[in-house]
Amino acid sequence: MLFYLLRRIVYTIPIMIGVAFFCFLLVHIAPGDPLAAILPPDATADLQQQLMVLYGFDRSWPEQFFSWFWRALQGDLGASIASGRPVAEEVFKAVGNTLMLACLATMIGFFFGSLFGFVAGYFRDSWVDRAASALSVLGVSVPHYWLGMVLVIIFSSWLMWLPATGAGPGGSDDWKWDWAHIQFMVLPALTMSVIPMGIIARTVRALVADILAQEFVVGLKAKGLTDFGIFAHVVKNAAPTALAVMGLQLGYLLGGSILIETVFSWPGTGFLLNSAIFQRDLPLLQGTILVLAMFFVLLNLLVDVLQTAIDPRIQRS
Amino acid sequence: MNEASQISATPIVSVRDLHVTFTGAKRPVQAVNGVDLSVRQGESIALIGESGSGKSVTLRSLLRLHPERKTRIEGRIDIAGHDVLALGNRALADYRGRVASMIFQEPLLALDPVYTVGAQIVESIRRHESISAADARQRALELFERVRIPSPARRLDAYPHEMSGGMRQRAMIALALACKPQVLLADEPTTALDATVQIQILLLLRELQRELGLAIVFVTHDMGAAVEVADRIAVMYAGRIVEEGSTREVIRNPRHPYTLALMQARADGAMTKGARLASIPGAPPDLAQLPVGCAFAERCVYAADACLKTRPDAVELGDNHRARCLRTDATAGVLGTRAEALTKVAALTESS
Repeated sequence: MLFYLLRRIVYTIPIMIGVAFFCFLLVHIAPGDPLAAILPPDATADLQQQLMVLYGFDRSWPEQFFSWFWRALQGDLGASIASGRPVAEEVFKAVGNTLMLACLATMIGFFFGSLFGFVAGYFRDSWVDRAASALSVLGVSVPHYWLGMVLVIIFSSWLMWLPATGAGPGGSDDWKWDWAHIQFMVLPALTMSVIPMGIIARTVRALVADILAQEFVVGLKAKGLTDFGIFAHVVKNAAPTALAVMGLQLGYLLGGSILIETVFSWPGTGFLLNSAIFQRDLPLLQGTILVLAMFFVLLNLLVDVLQTAIDPRIQRS
Repeated sequence: MNEASQISATPIVSVRDLHVTFTGAKRPVQAVNGVDLSVRQGESIALIGESGSGKSVTLRSLLRLHPERKTRIEGRIDIAGHDVLALGNRALADYRGRVASMIFQEPLLALDPVYTVGAQIVESIRRHESISAADARQRALELFERVRIPSPARRLDAYPHEMSGGMRQRAMIALALACKPQVLLADEPTTALDATVQIQILLLLRELQRELGLAIVFVTHDMGAAVEVADRIAVMYAGRIVEEGSTREVIRNPRHPYTLALMQARADGAMTKGARLASIPGAPPDLAQLPVGCAFAERCVYAADACLKTRPDAVELGDNHRARCLRTDATAGVLGTRAEALTKVAALTESS
């Protein structure tokens, strides 16, 4: 098991290098002058040239890549052009915020998704199944920024139960786990949870239906297990796949919440990416994408390891 | 096979006029049409028939394993004092595995892939008895020794996919015997195994049956396997038992044309070079549309007009030998002399 773990970790190294290279390349292919945002409109060509040299934009892109990559390995992702602060600091603060939101959303989504999935799988082709299926299709298809706005209208404007935007009464810097802060998470987390909920519900329904049709369920009945006893077996058989899907969903939410974070002004990575793109802040953009990609790779690693631990049939070789 | 003295007089398994209809499809499928069966303690009976003859359906009805919503079971099943068809959910679960348990055809499919076999046996024991996990594991270990699994302690922690086919079937037998049932139901337990492993499993079953005084209902399409374990044979066709009798009687002196044809279709009856392998012409009837008369009449060489009009009742042929056929007079002694039949039985026993 330890050997398997080590090898899996070693395998992620070339993936990470490839990811770093591609994210650098993509950002540089994109049009737009990164310095335009901070240069005054009447800046001289001389000043422009000075800044180009200062930020290293005058060098060839392989040169830029290697110097960026070398410093990234040492934890230095450069400084944001717009704010002047270190990219690493900005990114990790945002990652922390997004992680909170994504974890909460995934937990909500996983809980309700599994619930709907199990009910639908157990009562296949009944009205419960059709209702759960309709709900999950709705969850996947509804544009979530729209849903976010609808929720804001209902719960913030009409009912005035929850705050509409932001991450706490005093901004995001002094986050505490009390209701004054947590209430800011409720709407964005709910909005975000709808996507994994739909996907997990569909997956679990298919899994449960497939497992219940297997011969070993008859075997379990034949030895006298009650429905509840059999349920435990179904859960354990469904768990590896359901967990894998949950892990991937968490990965998507970590980076894929640009719209939701923008709608709710949640100071996470999506919000950061959004502003980095609009300001052509190349170091910030590069750094954010790199960190998100690394998270995704690590999450996949974690899911793989967990799956292997649960399902003995997955070869450890 | 078993001496008569070991077999008690009252039946432990009694099935009366069993009808099983599957209602899930467009037209209801009558898989079992009036089966009567009785098995005494310490006795083993083999249900023989081709695919779709209703043998497995009959067997699974004894544990009520068919999906309740899509199946209609009529008749009466009594097993060791339990009126099986009248049991409530909880009582049914208590009965399954404890009074009667089942061995499946393919243990790789019938065991949960993500639990070790040991855990599955322990689970079964603790489901039916208040006993500590450690004691249950000890029992599981003893069961593994009993079914002769080598290095049993290590095998308890193996997953089903980590064992060989024969080993898995032994583990399945251990699981079935875990709660000391009185009746063992075996659904083609050797079909998925190699020929060399088959005979080992059959011998093990017969030995366990003698030691534990089990009643065994054994479903197979293999005559050789039936001869090996069964005291009695019941031949099924289109959801009915068409012939029933002691193993020797049925093999030596088959009286239903279907049994006769089955015996003649065996490969070792046509081992002469160049001889054609005998087969039964036609196909079994559609179970959603059974004929009025004898279900075998269309394929039967002895069929008379009356066979197409009436469903034959069982004809007593003496010595607990019965056949549902109007033409039992025509089939008497067809298979050959007593001496020939004896060699045939010997050959069957060897070949299995």
